[in-house]
Amino acid sequence: MVSAVVFIPLCAALILLFIPREEEEITRRVAFGATVLTFLLSLLLLVEFQSDTADFQFVERFSWIEDFGIQYAVGIDGISLFLVLLTTLLMPLVILSSWDDIHKRVKEYLFFFLLLETGMIGTFVALDLFLFYVFWEVVLIPMSFLIGIWGGPRRIYAALKFLLYTMVGSLLMLVAILYLAYLHHAQYGTVTFDLLQLHKLTIPPETQIWLFAAFALSFAIKVPLFPLHTWLPDAHVEAPTGGSVILAGVLLKMGTYGFLRFAMPLFPAAAHAAVPVIMALAVIGIIYGALVAMVQPDLKKLVAYSSVSHLGFVMLGLFAFNVEGVEGALYQMLNHGLSTGALFFLVGVIYERRHTRLISDYGGLWKQVPVYAAVFLVVLLSSIGLPGLNGFVGEFLILLGAFGANPWAGVLGVSGVVLGAVYMLWMYQRVMFGPLRHVENTKLTDLSRREVAVFVPLLALMLVMGMYPKPFLIRMEKSVEATLARIQLARPLPDPTTPGVERAGDRDAIQEVSHSATD
Amino acid sequence: MEHSHAALATVHAVSYLRFIVLFPLLGVLFNIFAGPRVGRRAINLVSPGVVLLSFFFSFAALLQLPPGGALVDTVYTWITAGRLQVDFALRVDPLSATMILIVTGVGFLIHVYSTGYMAHDEDVARYFAYLNLFTASMLLLVLGDNLLLLFVGWEGVGLCSYLLIGFWYTDDEKASAGKKAFIVNRIGDAGFLLGIFLLFWSLGAKGVWTLSFAEIQTHAGLLAVETVTVICLLLFVGATGKSAQIPLYVWLPDAMAGPTPVSALIHAATMVTAGIYMIARLHFLYSMAPTALAVVAIVGALTAFFAATIALVQTDIKRVLAYSTVSQLGYMFLGLGVGAYSAGVFHLMTHAFFKALLFLGAGSVIHAMSDEQDIRRMGGLKTKMPITYGTFLVACLAIAGFPGLSGFFSKDLILEETVASPHGSVVLWLIGTLTAGLTAFYMFRLLFVTFWGETRAPHEVAHHIHESPTVMTMPLVLLAVLSFIGGYFTLVPFLAPVFGGHHPAHVSALVKYLPTVAGLAGIGLAYQMYVRDPAMAERVAQRYAAVYRLLLNKYYVDELYDRFVVQPVVAASQWLWRVWDTVIIDGTVNGTAQTVAANGLLLRLWQTGNVQVYALSFLLGAMVILGYYLW
Repeated sequence: MVSAVVFIPLCAALILLFIPREEEEITRRVAFGATVLTFLLSLLLLVEFQSDTADFQFVERFSWIEDFGIQYAVGIDGISLFLVLLTTLLMPLVILSSWDDIHKRVKEYLFFFLLLETGMIGTFVALDLFLFYVFWEVVLIPMSFLIGIWGGPRRIYAALKFLLYTMVGSLLMLVAILYLAYLHHAQYGTVTFDLLQLHKLTIPPETQIWLFAAFALSFAIKVPLFPLHTWLPDAHVEAPTGGSVILAGVLLKMGTYGFLRFAMPLFPAAAHAAVPVIMALAVIGIIYGALVAMVQPDLKKLVAYSSVSHLGFVMLGLFAFNVEGVEGALYQMLNHGLSTGALFFLVGVIYERRHTRLISDYGGLWKQVPVYAAVFLVVLLSSIGLPGLNGFVGEFLILLGAFGANPWAGVLGVSGVVLGAVYMLWMYQRVMFGPLRHVENTKLTDLSRREVAVFVPLLALMLVMGMYPKPFLIRMEKSVEATLARIQLARPLPDPTTPGVERAGDRDAIQEVSHSATD
Repeated sequence: MEHSHAALATVHAVSYLRFIVLFPLLGVLFNIFAGPRVGRRAINLVSPGVVLLSFFFSFAALLQLPPGGALVDTVYTWITAGRLQVDFALRVDPLSATMILIVTGVGFLIHVYSTGYMAHDEDVARYFAYLNLFTASMLLLVLGDNLLLLFVGWEGVGLCSYLLIGFWYTDDEKASAGKKAFIVNRIGDAGFLLGIFLLFWSLGAKGVWTLSFAEIQTHAGLLAVETVTVICLLLFVGATGKSAQIPLYVWLPDAMAGPTPVSALIHAATMVTAGIYMIARLHFLYSMAPTALAVVAIVGALTAFFAATIALVQTDIKRVLAYSTVSQLGYMFLGLGVGAYSAGVFHLMTHAFFKALLFLGAGSVIHAMSDEQDIRRMGGLKTKMPITYGTFLVACLAIAGFPGLSGFFSKDLILEETVASPHGSVVLWLIGTLTAGLTAFYMFRLLFVTFWGETRAPHEVAHHIHESPTVMTMPLVLLAVLSFIGGYFTLVPFLAPVFGGHHPAHVSALVKYLPTVAGLAGIGLAYQMYVRDPAMAERVAQRYAAVYRLLLNKYYVDELYDRFVVQPVVAASQWLWRVWDTVIIDGTVNGTAQTVAANGLLLRLWQTGNVQVYALSFLLGAMVILGYYLW
């Protein structure tokens, strides 16, 4: 079933090749149908998912390249489940929105998107490191083309920058993956890229540091973690709307997912050593991203920098190393996918009508397009973490977890809550409020039915995930606990006589883990 | 002994408290989705109607309240993650019962009044959607059974104030005021969040993982005093935001940009009372931390005085009232800070009555004066608007502490406790007493200048002056009755199960009567300056020109914040973007790429843009490395 979810988009992409170029409407319908089908299938995964185990479910495993011990192994646990669903949900919406938006080389556009979907889902479900790497790289190519062909004026620069940046990171990761396979050969006599087998390796801490660094660099670029973020604004500004939505909505999560799935559990000692550095960079990212977002004259750049800030929150939660923080981070990945995805859709809507993204070209839009303004408001409130909507649950858990791990990280992180409101509300005021300054805007039309159809599921989810997060969180819990248990094992026990808020909570966790370890 | 209350109290599980919050939410949905279609009559019926329903349910809850106990309605588990579990649970005890009755009761009157006030506004559905949402958020705030649910309502009222203050959004200044309210509140909220975090982990360190009020109260004794002090101070930061105290009061005076009934709602029944309620709710924590209590009392007293001095010279009718709210909230914090929680809540209630009345009365005046707000262009309204004048007079007497009216009882109680309480001090009492005199002065200045004397309005405006319609005057009359008799509601014994037994304070006659004397003197001085000798005000202003300008410009606090906070942050952000991000980080990246490109063949290959070639060579390279290891 997982394989079907992964490969239906690829099959659809291949089918597209046989449809004549002129049949744009059919092409669109096939692509849309395929992504909807993928989404429905992924819903089956959700229905049948067992929340009471940390094990991988729906596992499919067979040998792929036997000589090198490379397997085709896929499966889903509480960490990847909702990321797959996020991907399969956003894809039909992206294709739906491109109906109004893309009229150049429609077939190729859809082809690359379908290819991209296979790559993204594959990345989230791969349980073999080589397979993971293949999917990881598969994602890069269509994304670069999407930016490079359907992008804005500086699209080639942006596409190359995106490609080179991420390639540099993944090159080192590949070397580290190969080294892991080699280590397994040295310790157990067989070559394997199987994640669960590699978990059994004994890696000396100093080696872990190097391997962790190689993985972390690749992932940190993708996240992007400050100061590796400068490809992001360029890529977003140049990318077509759908590209931006997927880039922010899903691609960035491949980085944070990589940390949680690979870098942290494979190299726990190194992960512990990296906590101060990564927490510091995450906090800088939160504040820096928000401040720089505040002064952007371009709507898309503003949203792009806001992503730097939001992903800083995610990293902060991940490296809190407690259930609250990590679940919050996972939740925030989904939130960011929904709210920032929706924000890029929204910017796309007015860009498509007015061909400008400068905030100063707008003002007073509420009067002209009230439905658009109202939708924008809800998305914005989700993005700034208003309680009752999804963003709050993630942000709160992250900051709670971070505070428990290191009170100062919590204190500094909380400033992001204030700054987030500042840049978003200021932007909103300049776009929506005041008098309608520019004559051109009096011709703006409100959301079309198709556009409303794009936003309705997003808004509904924001509300549901804000009001009733429990069904999401309990499905994550076991996998998060198991991952944390792996990480905690490597941690030196703190001096039990040391007083302090943050220690006490973790001590319980460590005791639990050491119990289960001795069993 | 206080800690045992929660454990011993009778708690009845019920399932109708949820409707108190749900009804206004249904009103929101109605106004958003049906409002634009169904027309004004239906909106005017439904929007106040849902609040009235909530009021009935609140009243039913009051009647069913077990003596000394509470009602709890657990709806579902909201968040569960790791050791955190937060239920969506609502609780009614004497404190929250008082609050929901104020919110729904006064709130209902404001809704009714609004149907008249907004009768000519085309966007009435949007207005009532916000107003209903505001009410629902405030109800959730006071009904929430745990700190996080309280925070949901806390942020919710912040959002609604943002929307309502900027209701007339085509005016940039009004939209800015809304934004300012939200952001300043968010600064406070950041402190509030940190307080929650510290409380959660500190109790967790003792093995208690909870955010529910009852459990916090049961286990608060486990915490060290220093920890509790820090928690209380962090939460108080949140309270200074929401309840407009120094240093975060700056949003409230600007908040009058919204429609006037909204000001009544924000200033009286909802929003600003949130901080008072929160501290009263967590009184068991504050009682453990004398330092935190002292900070609350001092900030309250200083704010009361500081805001009252600004109100002395303002000429905008709503601005005078706004600073008066800031000042009166200061009194409430003073009461809480000296440990007289029930006195603080008592004043919250009486203030809700007379301040709602004052704002609605001001709205009636503004309505009649064709949207004029400057009292220098008013005058002589007494005869033309007798109901508005009569009720406004009652409210002025009440806030001035005139013997027998509601404000007299609650304010005096706070000031007596300020002396009698072990947490109190004579200095704070003196500040409070002085402020009582100032309050009476500026309120009666407002009354005399607005309603007495000859009209100073332009002829065409003066010609149109009329008494407001019944839907507007009826709430005024009802609120006037409440402002008159509100002091006789025996709130202190009613709240005793929450705050512990209350011993009437024994204070000297001087302490008891001086605040009243100060109030009467304030009224007398205002009469002298604005009725008997109208030129006197001008002379005083000229004589103390520097002080006058300082007060008129509100001590230049907004300008200082702008100069020392807003502008530096914006400038720094510009620098971060244009220099740090673009030149340094990105320059390094591009520079690296160019250096490599200049020297290397590989990058030239990339720059042809031929990605397939690249991907192929990449894969080959990978295979080579792999082969090497496996050989």
